[in-house]
Amino acid sequence: MTDSLFFFLASLTLLCALMVVISKNPVYSVIFLILTFFTISAHYILLNAQFLAAVNIIVYAGAIMVLFLFVLMFINSGKNAQGKTKGVLSKVAGAIAGGLLFLVLIAALKDVQLEAVNPDTYDSQVGMVKNLGQVLFTKYMLPFQLVAVLFLVAMVGAVMIGKREAGEQNF
Amino acid sequence: MDSVDLIYKAIYILVIFGITLLIATYSTYFERKIAAFIQDRVGPNRAGPMGLLQPLADAGKLFFKEEFIPGKANKVLFILGPGIAMLVASMSSAVIPFGDMLIVGGREVYLQAIEVNIGVLYIFGVVSLGVYGLMIGGWASNNKFSLLGAIRAASQNISYELAMGLSLIAVLMLSGSLSLRVIAEQQAGFNWNIWYQPLGFLIFLVCAFAETNRTPFDLPESEAELIGGYHTEYSSMKLGMYLFAEYINIFVVSAVMSTLYFGAYNFPFMENLRNAFSDPVLGNNVVTLVGVAVMFAKIFAFIFFFMWVRWTLPRFRYDQLMKLGWNILIPLAILNILLTGGGILLKDYLF
Repeated sequence: MTDSLFFFLASLTLLCALMVVISKNPVYSVIFLILTFFTISAHYILLNAQFLAAVNIIVYAGAIMVLFLFVLMFINSGKNAQGKTKGVLSKVAGAIAGGLLFLVLIAALKDVQLEAVNPDTYDSQVGMVKNLGQVLFTKYMLPFQLVAVLFLVAMVGAVMIGKREAGEQNF
Repeated sequence: MDSVDLIYKAIYILVIFGITLLIATYSTYFERKIAAFIQDRVGPNRAGPMGLLQPLADAGKLFFKEEFIPGKANKVLFILGPGIAMLVASMSSAVIPFGDMLIVGGREVYLQAIEVNIGVLYIFGVVSLGVYGLMIGGWASNNKFSLLGAIRAASQNISYELAMGLSLIAVLMLSGSLSLRVIAEQQAGFNWNIWYQPLGFLIFLVCAFAETNRTPFDLPESEAELIGGYHTEYSSMKLGMYLFAEYINIFVVSAVMSTLYFGAYNFPFMENLRNAFSDPVLGNNVVTLVGVAVMFAKIFAFIFFFMWVRWTLPRFRYDQLMKLGWNILIPLAILNILLTGGGILLKDYLF
């Protein structure tokens, strides 16, 4: 049951991810990307990591993709995006870059050995909120705090860029 | 989970869905009646006794109107928009505990569709998805007013989600759990969260108005400047779905506020009522059923409050809306978190 569910979800994820790249209309791409996040969240739920699944939906599907869609609506109102073909040079460059990435992925993954799960030591509750919080606030305290500082720096930077300078007229 | 539980869950989910739709339908009627009362009018009184069949007449009218799709609209997304709005709106009532446990034939029956240990996050995630229906519909209409409405909806939702999440954190600090059932159980009797979180509740209430796009925050569809905002081009039942989704959202947000701050199905002296019966099973069932009634009474009170505000307050200007969200509500919510943390520490220190 879980196996077939996994394969169904995995193929759905790959299909949606492919459609993100293939779609001509950027708004369709964004919608397929949202669907991809949903299927990835479903994978998390299969792994019993409910917190991660919910946060993935809230942060990516709920906030970041709304902003993506928001920006896309500003840039093109559905008129000029279609039918624009790219030059040969950018196609060649894209093929080379994609090929290199593929090569790196294969090189990284070819020696991977999957460890079998040990049923005696394996704790199925490891992805629950309680365990996650305990690990984050004891074992990984410093990295957790550093990530928070990183976010704060990024936020201050964004506010600085958006801030009105002296003498600037906005409206 | 055996098959009896499965059948029970299926029936329960269908019933909750039906009740949601029924309440949303009759919200339209009561909105007009309350508006009429506030403006000293009579309101709808032709269809049925006291106009009670008015929602059915409205639905019939919407179904028989022409389905109009603008020539240059994106057809797929234009149809998808109201569907997404409706789907997302009716998703979130799944985790709300509408009542405690009934004992039927020795079997414990919980009046909650699904119990997940991330209930609050689930609600928050679904609420954050609510804007897609508006955005996609507004963009697909290929109309400048619709697009402006969609953009307003997006930026408003993102801005108020932050303050909403921060005000939720204070509740979670008190309860120590993300499960709505646990949060409801902790507020037994009259020990409601509102006594500990008055500021947090106020922030949550304002954000709830903004997230459901109700007056005074109904800028995405402000008819005076944007005609109809995101649903300018919609007609027939697709328009009906958008309006319906708004009322379902009001119902769900009212239920969430009752659960988080107003003690869900708990009411004062519930233990006295439970002990008044000599049979514990009967006592439990009576308390639970009264609790369900109390829960719905709280929800209806909130729905009434939403309508009361709509017909009392004027609309904000857009820069005022943004200023309220970013400059006032978010700092207040952070202050609320600090105060709550300090209060919890003080309580540990003193007692």
